[in-house]
Amino acid sequence: MSDTKRSHLLHLGVIAVLFALFFVLPAYHVGNLSRIMVLAVYAMGFNLLFGYTGLLSLGHALFFATGMYGLGMAMNSFGIAAEPALLIGLICAVVMAAVVGFLALRTSGVAFMIVTLMFAQAGYLTILYFGAYTRGDEGFVIPQPDRMIAGIDITGETARYFAALILFAVVFLLIAHVVRSPFGRTLVAIRENEERTRMLGYDTDRHKLKAVILSGTISGLAGAAYALLFGYAGATFATVQYSIFPLLWVLLGGAGTTLGPIIGVAFMFYLIDLSSSVTQAYMLIAGVVLVLLTLFAPQGLAGELRRRVMRWLP
Amino acid sequence: MAAVILETKGLTKSYGGLNANEDVDFELRRGKVTALIGPNGAGKSTFVGMVSGRIPATRGQVIFDGQDISALPAHKRIQLGIAYTFQITSVYAGLTLRENIAIAARRRLGKDRKAVQTKVSGVLEQVSLLDRADQDAGDLSYGHQRVLEIAMGLVQDPRLFILDEPTQGLAESEVDDFVTLIKTLVGDTTILLIEHNMDVVMRTADYIHVLDNGRSLASGTPEEIRKNTAVQAAYLGTDVDA
Amino acid sequence: MDFGPHLMLASLEGAVTAAILALTAMGLSIVFGVMRVVNVAHGEFYMLGAVLAWVVASMVGASPALGFVAALVVAPLIVGCIAVVADRVILQRVEYDPDRTIVATIGLLYIIQQTTLMTFGPDARPVEPPFNDRLALPWFELGESGFEMFWPWGLSITSYKLFVIFAAMAILTALWLLMTRSKAGLIMRATQQDSETAQAFGIPVGRVYSYVFGLGAGLAAVGAVLVVPIQQAHYLMGHDPLLLSFIVVIIGGLGSLPGTVIAAFLIGMSDGIISVFFTPTLAKIFATLVVALVLVFRPQGLLGRVER
Repeated sequence: MSDTKRSHLLHLGVIAVLFALFFVLPAYHVGNLSRIMVLAVYAMGFNLLFGYTGLLSLGHALFFATGMYGLGMAMNSFGIAAEPALLIGLICAVVMAAVVGFLALRTSGVAFMIVTLMFAQAGYLTILYFGAYTRGDEGFVIPQPDRMIAGIDITGETARYFAALILFAVVFLLIAHVVRSPFGRTLVAIRENEERTRMLGYDTDRHKLKAVILSGTISGLAGAAYALLFGYAGATFATVQYSIFPLLWVLLGGAGTTLGPIIGVAFMFYLIDLSSSVTQAYMLIAGVVLVLLTLFAPQGLAGELRRRVMRWLP
Repeated sequence: MAAVILETKGLTKSYGGLNANEDVDFELRRGKVTALIGPNGAGKSTFVGMVSGRIPATRGQVIFDGQDISALPAHKRIQLGIAYTFQITSVYAGLTLRENIAIAARRRLGKDRKAVQTKVSGVLEQVSLLDRADQDAGDLSYGHQRVLEIAMGLVQDPRLFILDEPTQGLAESEVDDFVTLIKTLVGDTTILLIEHNMDVVMRTADYIHVLDNGRSLASGTPEEIRKNTAVQAAYLGTDVDA
Repeated sequence: MDFGPHLMLASLEGAVTAAILALTAMGLSIVFGVMRVVNVAHGEFYMLGAVLAWVVASMVGASPALGFVAALVVAPLIVGCIAVVADRVILQRVEYDPDRTIVATIGLLYIIQQTTLMTFGPDARPVEPPFNDRLALPWFELGESGFEMFWPWGLSITSYKLFVIFAAMAILTALWLLMTRSKAGLIMRATQQDSETAQAFGIPVGRVYSYVFGLGAGLAAVGAVLVVPIQQAHYLMGHDPLLLSFIVVIIGGLGSLPGTVIAAFLIGMSDGIISVFFTPTLAKIFATLVVALVLVFRPQGLLGRVER
């Protein structure tokens, strides 16, 4: 079987399993899984930039929050319906990613991390500053009757699960396609050796900007979907912590693998879920996991799997 | 077609007041092998760096096939048909050989997977690395990495192929293979070769250009250069009058 | 109060902020300068210094002055030791790779912060200052009979705040002497210049890195001990100093020590003055954007020189 075929089967298989899980799992876990799938979309957006292009942004919460507030404020402050609001959230994320990418990509390495961190921090503070409209830390609830897509009420557990699954599946397959395309292979080449890639005639700056925009847009889509499906937007989602989370998920699951994000999110979600019932200091787990990962498994779970067993893993 | 494919006029690079290259005028003849030689620190790598666009020139012009490319960024110059190999091996250590070469091939062949595959296999065979195609480039021996570096240039079917010390660190048999390879390219491809190994230079070069202290010292056929007293002085450290 | 006295008050408050900030940012700057790594957990070392100051002071108990002095000695030492251990256990093993160090120190940030939350608890705790007399300040104005001196109501500073300013200056001077006049400083500068050559000349680079990391953390802790009598100790207090230290180090030029002091002064003063006249949130938005844009357009810092 060719690698391409294997990879198609693998991705369709994951989606099929997620589909089947709905009928098997108890309600509590179905609810969790909806959330995990939406957050995995965020992680996949981050992974495209970090895992495949080798650019570590510490400010992705800015894109997530842009999508979230783009949709949330369009619906709440302007009374726009869910579908166009989703589009507005997406457009906001594209613009934000283009601006941040254009500026931040003039730097590299540590400076790139700090610049993205600072932009995100400025974004978070801006949300607080306009607290009269954004409701700041407290956030706002998107009323249940407005949360309809194509006439379907997505607030119920079933509809929400399948909405999340469709979103996840689309982005999952899109990423799987992109990373196998010439564009995606060039991103990997940039990650491995940027100077070499430039001297093979590729416009690396342009590729990196495209990667930031695509990554930021997917992250923004996740933010908008989160607000729509769970009916809440708040400044918490713009904090540094929400920029660190995707890094954690992707490192845990395996940077530069298509499976890594969903594995990392699911693993971390249940780790925090279990530990927060024991202690309020649940972020301690996140810290310990980060340190252990950098020390012992920089490739993450799927990365180790690829290294040891299945070299063809995309 | 003009006989000259590449020309530089007054090409200069200064680092904080020090000139690594000063007013280098240079002509490269189409379809020929030209060797760029000179003592260590003569500015050879800086010069080809400026030609390829990797190093921005302080001043001066680079004209490629009648077009002034002085203002073009490196990737645009490469797209015009200039291939460049690094002096210090620079391959994608974490990727397979096949993928290394495919990245180089894909820029021109794009989405056509079949064409890329055929082209890559062809080049791998040409440089006798086909049996190692699925190894990670980082696991190759140093000599094989040098060959891979050259293969990444070849696969682009360049009009001008710049090789910066390609035989450095190669075993003798590998050097012979390299010389044979270069000879098969002559005619279609113009080759600019930086080389320390004078044996390789004499076996391959149609023309030789000598740099010393960042300036052009001499240029001509191997025979003329061999007789040039200034070159002898620069290389042997003897005074011209002696 | 009139504008004049108001501005003077703001400047004095700004000077206190600047003094603390200079110490904290200096720690970050030395670590970056010598080791070429960014320590994201720096703010947590600051927080740890403040919390330990409370622990030590409340254990001594006898008199506020004695407790404070004990804290000033013990807290930075403990923090320094913790940092040395963190360097040995974590940073040395990732070989100071810039990216992996950032990720690892993010992990360290949460470990320190959350462990403090579990042991110290979520409450803010005060440390009593060793002395705290209110000193009224005079203001001069050109009146009908020439210059007049008077004492505007509210224009005052505490003796402790003045002490903070002078203490910080003393410590920074000592640090400067250490870096320029001592053998330890020479070794640090040699390592900073070229760690491989330093290694070849028999300098134990690994040990130097550990001590530098400890020194950096210790400086943050000193700043925190000084601040605790003014601002209470709390497990989340490391966030702002980290951000401000970043800003200072970047504006001052990464790794440049004089640049760091000047930038700390500028940022501290303007932070003090801006927050008196504007909302602190707006001031922070402005500051973070300035830092981002400085990095984008002038990566060598406002005061740094272009290399090469």
